[in-house]
Amino acid sequence: MVSLVIDIFLLALLVLIAVMVVRTGRLYAVIVMSGAYSLTSAAIFVNLDAVDVAFTEAAVGAGISTVLFLAAMAYIPADEKPSQNRNFLAGVICIGAGALLLLAVMDLPSLGDAMAPVHQHVAPRYLAESGSALHIPNVVTTVLASYRGFDTLGETIVVFTAGLGVLMLLAGATRTNRVKADNRKTAAKTAKPKTNKPKTAKPKSATKTARTKA
Amino acid sequence: MNQNPVFRVVAKILFAPIIMFGLYVQFHGDFGPGGGFQAGVIIAAAFILHALVFGLQAGRQIISARVNLWMMVLGVTIYGAVGIVSMAKGGLFLDYTALTGSVGSGQHIGILVVEFGVGLTVTSVMLALFHAFAGFVEDRDK
Repeated sequence: MVSLVIDIFLLALLVLIAVMVVRTGRLYAVIVMSGAYSLTSAAIFVNLDAVDVAFTEAAVGAGISTVLFLAAMAYIPADEKPSQNRNFLAGVICIGAGALLLLAVMDLPSLGDAMAPVHQHVAPRYLAESGSALHIPNVVTTVLASYRGFDTLGETIVVFTAGLGVLMLLAGATRTNRVKADNRKTAAKTAKPKTNKPKTAKPKSATKTARTKA
Repeated sequence: MNQNPVFRVVAKILFAPIIMFGLYVQFHGDFGPGGGFQAGVIIAAAFILHALVFGLQAGRQIISARVNLWMMVLGVTIYGAVGIVSMAKGGLFLDYTALTGSVGSGQHIGILVVEFGVGLTVTSVMLALFHAFAGFVEDRDK
């Protein structure tokens, strides 16, 4: 009963935050509220006894993503562009898709149902074996690292590849910027040393030409 | 770079405990909630806090960009190497029981090493992402 009340409160909070994210146009506020959204979902996972998932959601969703979004905010203006045209068709499609999803939820087995298909397959074996046969009490860890070790290797490679991708895109850009800056310095030395004013405007045009060249 | 003494003192006090907590989550994952992914993010958070308060350059002095890249590679390699070693010992790929021959110790060692690899990769990727985003802006504004 208490758990139900907490769930209803947290889910209502989620809906409230989601509506606020859609309504506001200030991107800093959106970032902070998406962090709050993640923290609320983490609380819901704790209430569902999924502590590992809650831990990940709190650390990744509310922690690191918020910081990374804030770091990325330096590239974009602080306010969302106000959109004039309200696309009627997009609204219809969204509501239709939402209704279909709700319809599909009706067919799901109820929460915690022991007869649900997901609890009939390999889950009982994992639960029975993990503590007694493998001597590791946390079933989540055995499933993640041992039973599904190959999947987790794939996940780690995905994280690695994502990091490499960002590094290739952004760290490459910083290097071209540095080369541009060096060129500008040597050019300024050979030409006129006292051109302070246009210096602030110059880098932007330099990056633009670098981008169009690339 | 933040000159506010409150930020500087708090960041200095929190730095070590955050890493300690990360290591606890890392190596206690088979008994309590946690594991490499969560621990990696927590340890990265300590370094990001340091870089936010003391500046990106100071952060890069602890872990340079080159070392960071090698850490990313090393984590994945450790994970894969455990699989290769278990194959060399006569088991299947990532069959930890083959590492020592007994289920109890083999599974424990295998999971610990594999999770360490995950933690190393996640920590360094998160740090690399942060430095890539924040450093790009710093370079542009120069």
